[in-house]
Amino acid sequence: MNEEELVEYFRAQMRKDPDMASAVAAIRTLLEFLKRDKGETILGLRESLKWATDCLTGEDSSVAVSSGGELFLRFISLTSLEHQDLSRCKKVMEERGELFLEKISMSRTKVAKLCHTFIKDGAKILTHSYSRVVLRVLEKAAAEKKRFSVYVTESQPDSAGRQMAEALRKLNVPVTVVLDAAVGYVLEKVDLVIVGAEGVVESGGIINKIGTYQMAVCSKAHNKPFYVVAESFKFVRLYPLNQQDVPDKFKIYCDFHLFITTFSEHSWRSCWCRVRRCSSLSALTQTT
Amino acid sequence: MVMFSLTPVLDVCTQQQEGKELTKEEKQRLRKEKKQQKKSKEKKDDKPSRDSEKEKKPASAASPAPQTPTQPPAQKAAPAPVPVPASETPSAADKPAKSKAELKAERRARQEAERASKGKKGDVGPQAAPGKPKAPPSELQPVVKRLPEHVQVDNPEVLKKLAKKLERQQVYGCAPNCCGCIPLRSDYGYKVSLFSHLHQYSRKAPLTQQLGIPSTVIHPAIVRLGLQYSQGIVAGSNARSVALLHAFKQVIRDYTTPPNEELSRDLVNRLKPYISFLNQCRPLSASMGNAIKYIKKEISNIPSQCKEEEAKRKLLNCIDCYINEKIVLAAKAIAKYSIEKISDGDVILVYGCSSLVNHILCEAFEKNRKFRVIVVDSRPRLEGREALRRLVQKGINCTYVLISAVSYILPEVSKVFLGAHALLANGYVMSRVGTSQIALVAKAFNVPVLVCCETYKFCERVQTDSFVSNELDDPDDLIVTRTGTTQLEHWQEVPSLGLLNLVYDVTPPDFVDLVITDLGMIPCTSVPVVLRVKNVDQ
Repeated sequence: MNEEELVEYFRAQMRKDPDMASAVAAIRTLLEFLKRDKGETILGLRESLKWATDCLTGEDSSVAVSSGGELFLRFISLTSLEHQDLSRCKKVMEERGELFLEKISMSRTKVAKLCHTFIKDGAKILTHSYSRVVLRVLEKAAAEKKRFSVYVTESQPDSAGRQMAEALRKLNVPVTVVLDAAVGYVLEKVDLVIVGAEGVVESGGIINKIGTYQMAVCSKAHNKPFYVVAESFKFVRLYPLNQQDVPDKFKIYCDFHLFITTFSEHSWRSCWCRVRRCSSLSALTQTT
Repeated sequence: MVMFSLTPVLDVCTQQQEGKELTKEEKQRLRKEKKQQKKSKEKKDDKPSRDSEKEKKPASAASPAPQTPTQPPAQKAAPAPVPVPASETPSAADKPAKSKAELKAERRARQEAERASKGKKGDVGPQAAPGKPKAPPSELQPVVKRLPEHVQVDNPEVLKKLAKKLERQQVYGCAPNCCGCIPLRSDYGYKVSLFSHLHQYSRKAPLTQQLGIPSTVIHPAIVRLGLQYSQGIVAGSNARSVALLHAFKQVIRDYTTPPNEELSRDLVNRLKPYISFLNQCRPLSASMGNAIKYIKKEISNIPSQCKEEEAKRKLLNCIDCYINEKIVLAAKAIAKYSIEKISDGDVILVYGCSSLVNHILCEAFEKNRKFRVIVVDSRPRLEGREALRRLVQKGINCTYVLISAVSYILPEVSKVFLGAHALLANGYVMSRVGTSQIALVAKAFNVPVLVCCETYKFCERVQTDSFVSNELDDPDDLIVTRTGTTQLEHWQEVPSLGLLNLVYDVTPPDFVDLVITDLGMIPCTSVPVVLRVKNVDQ
């Protein structure tokens, strides 16, 4: 499977299901790549999988694709590969890959199941921009017959917050769109803040749409709980010390549905806030 | 750890020496009986008073062998930290005074009988080790928390015991009436009350002056090493560990197994007085403690059918591997990770002289990163000058300030790189005094603080403040000022004046942003995970 086929397959997956996370599509692509790979050695297999991940990262530069690819590779190799012939090893790896894919496809549902209990009846929630995971959480809470209202920030420059508001209106949830600058004004009214994440870094912080850091700092000042919902494949092996330390490739995002190629000096997705301490990454991959 | 490594030795021994095996088993049985007797007497007696000395005496007598000071800190990992002065040990064991004397007499009688029948000589060192770790799991008795004696200096009982222990550590070949083979070093000067539980020695009175001639009891390489430590000629945690390992290599080269003895047990016993001697010269560091543990484990793992030459070769090889892997290669790995964090245009602040941090900066400079360095220094050691010399020799652009100017210089700084003496199990960083101050000020200015530390310096101890366990250096170092005047020369005559020359301090993990180890970049709170993984590996 060469580069064009890889990218084409990836795009096809994204087109098939626009609601799917790009990382899931990437992992599907990698699994297909693994099945079609004609390598002779396990080391060669790993190298070609890494190369495939790099290709996909070049196509879609979000953090989740690179972290998902790396976690996929680790998961399938985290087993005894001491078989005599390569085809059996490959079979084992493919089975692990299917297992991994199955687990992460259900990840949003699992997150929603765990998180909806944090939303109490009558709660006022603040969220930032459009996040499918947060939407799923709020859907689940609404399905549990909880009454809550939502404030969404408009989240310029792409006004993704309005998309979120539309989706919430369809669920009959009272929603208000506020300006990004109005976060400090509205925080005294809300009970909790829930945001999604592009990536979770090793120090326990998150990478997310620009404006999230301000929201986190303000909510700390107001002593409001700040929750982040993220699937486990978004845990990435980065350790940024400050905003400048995040690699540039994660800061600029080209959405290939909308073909936005302009980016201003203030990068879109570079925002890192220390939410709360998480355990180290190695402990996490053992549980996946 | 010790338990796992010594059971194979026991198995090997049982096949060969039935007599000795019986003795060990008998001793363990005896110990169990004693403890059960104590327990039943406790239940009978309802004495509520808990006198610390009475608890300590049966506790120390319970394990019949003398123990090196490095072992108790290591084996106290599981119990909670005990940052209290010696007089109030919070142990739950209730040992009434009158039964203690009876028990002691019984025990002594039994031991004399045994000794007479088996004709055993010298220490019971290796048997204490399997005895001790096996005893706590098998007994349901509350564990007596014993403080290491190097933090109980203000307790005269403990000092007396230490003196006796040093006398008892007779080395083979030493005449029986040669008293005080390893002399007890006496404290010097008035100690500030908050630190009166620590030793304070004077550099002008090294331990070697009190050693008799011939000092064949201690190997000359070790004597030289001890002198180098106490005079500060060899300083810095890596340098001390490497010097220690080289001295031990020399000891092993010159060692010959006496007849009727096994190398694996005899050599360990030989090393004990050396370690006590070095501890008297200068308290052992965490890295040295880990190195010693490793060597002892390697020695005990030598199979008894191994010939002496081969065993010695193997041990020398092990030591070389340890130095290479844990120090040299680790430094390379850490440099590789650190270079990712150094970007062009950085202003890096370093404190004191850490061999690892200097190595990292030199490597980064060779890889053509453009940065400049600010070296912060402090009295009385002025180690920053050495760091400055090394960096300037490489051609790195450097600035030199004293620690009092650190809040002035910090707005210019983009990163702080610190070295560590040890990383404690709760994530605290133990390093040269002044480090926590730098970390605190850097946090206030939102400057990231990176600590570089090899994994062999990770230690199972837990400490939350700098008072409990520290080192006091010679207070006379503080007398001389820059202009050469010595107004404090007669400080001992002023009754209300005390000079304090602390060596280490402890930095909380909230002030440290990143720890770079040879395993990668981890947050400070992941240290217990690394320790757990290391224990599993061993």
